[in-house]
Amino acid sequence: MVIDKIKKVNKQEKQEKNEKASDMMIGKWIKCDNCKQILYKEEVHNNFSVCPNCGKHFRISSRRRIKQIADEGTFEEIGAEVETQDPLNFDGYLKKIETLREKTKINEAVKCGTCEINGEKAVLAVMDSNFMMGSMGSCVGERITLAIEKSIELKLPLVIFCVSGGARMQEGIISLMQMAKTSAALAKHNKAGLLYISILTDPTTGGVTASFASLGDVILSEPNALIGFAGPRVIEQTINQKLPEGFQRSEFLLEHGFIDKIVERKDMKETLYKIIKLHKKEVK
Amino acid sequence: MAKITASERVNLARMAERPKALDYINEIFTDFMELHGDRNFGDDKSIIGGIAYLGDSSKKISDFPVTVIGEQKGKNVKENMERNFGMCNPEGYRKALRLMKQAEKFGRPIITFIDTPGAYPGMGAEERGQGEAIARNLMEMSELEVPIICVVIGEGSSGGALAIGVGDRVVMLENAVYSILSPEGFASILYKDASKAKEAAENMKITAQDLKKLNVIDKIISEPEGGAQNDLKQVASSLKEYIIKTIKELEKISKDELVQERYNKFRKMGQY
Ligand SMILES: [Zn+2]
Repeated sequence: MVIDKIKKVNKQEKQEKNEKASDMMIGKWIKCDNCKQILYKEEVHNNFSVCPNCGKHFRISSRRRIKQIADEGTFEEIGAEVETQDPLNFDGYLKKIETLREKTKINEAVKCGTCEINGEKAVLAVMDSNFMMGSMGSCVGERITLAIEKSIELKLPLVIFCVSGGARMQEGIISLMQMAKTSAALAKHNKAGLLYISILTDPTTGGVTASFASLGDVILSEPNALIGFAGPRVIEQTINQKLPEGFQRSEFLLEHGFIDKIVERKDMKETLYKIIKLHKKEVK
Repeated sequence: MAKITASERVNLARMAERPKALDYINEIFTDFMELHGDRNFGDDKSIIGGIAYLGDSSKKISDFPVTVIGEQKGKNVKENMERNFGMCNPEGYRKALRLMKQAEKFGRPIITFIDTPGAYPGMGAEERGQGEAIARNLMEMSELEVPIICVVIGEGSSGGALAIGVGDRVVMLENAVYSILSPEGFASILYKDASKAKEAAENMKITAQDLKKLNVIDKIISEPEGGAQNDLKQVASSLKEYIIKTIKELEKISKDELVQERYNKFRKMGQY
């Protein structure tokens, strides 16, 4: 969806089953779906997975995101033991999860942990669109809640990178309840006087938008990310007309007062660091 | 009584003749005074709220003031146009929150009636922050220091239902349904075929009976055969009895405990 897969340059590479399989780009070359430029993959990744030609921010895996944000070697995972539940006994669901895990080498749609950002301790949660479109079921909700609770326990700032198609349908009402659970945990976090920075990346929609994504003390976003509650297609069907260009994009949300700042990926770590510093009582 | 399937309950829950929020409000409470507007954008008619008295002279329980909120569907096309079919815009959820905060300030228990096909997916709703409005309600409701009882009376669908659904007790009428989205929506996403809504309804665990087993709700209020419309007074009366009894129970515990227990209730969702 994001990047057209050009020919697989090296057959051996296709067989390689390493962690990098979680990225959507396969082969050495990729084509930017925005400017159509053919790009050397490594160059794109060295540029924060942003198109060097047009600035398009490609979707990235939680693994790559953590590498971009956390100081090397500081990330310690929280909630890895939390398993995906199947409250509806939904036909083929757990099997699908298992297959996805093998294929993507990603364990679930969020990865949380403690880390340092330029030496500042923080709790970091990073969602992953490569795993069931970052949808929130019991596992995502539980891990996010554990991360929030850890941040309260350690009195640390909380940083959540959101990317999600919404609540995970296969877990039915239990997914809906994760919205209440995570939001209630954030109420406690808020009461404890702690900082929560939410970063909305492409796309952040549905139940995640209607819960923790929208509750940051500071809400940032990457450029041109799709952000909304209802999906654009649902809205178009409801109003029976096409949506205008740029509707529900980061710039639109900034204009309407729902985010504080749009930050390019290359500046994200430094920006987070600055915001965290600004929220410390002592003078630098 | 013959076993009713989940999709039959969906039909019952959506019936035009089925009692709506205002019907229950008028039966259960006295002197309901509706209060309007979110103090920011407008007054969303798909959600109503206000102050009323609750009491039961036959049980020597004197009237006490409560705050009442309800998603209001219409019973015919004209009413539904006015009520937007019970689909709220952000200002509706913000009005509900304003009235709930007001209830907290004056120490009034809160009773909410859930009946909605979902939050309205319109352009204006997005421009005014539908996601933020729902999120804010979830966060704020979780720590209101007054008892909150939420009743799903018809169709409780998606974040639009949950936005007034974070209570100390969540109860459902016997034929109400509560789900992540409509069976039609579920079928079109997961089965790629909206016409499989019946099948979806059976698999989604949306009935009061299923949700009680999942511990998503606390209590089922029975309905007469054929549905609540056949005996509104009876349903309202059992509901009233439950609401009064539960508020009296909840008022016995401290504010801190009340809030902590509500937290624990939702904290457990999805843990097995
Ligand atoms: Zn480009």
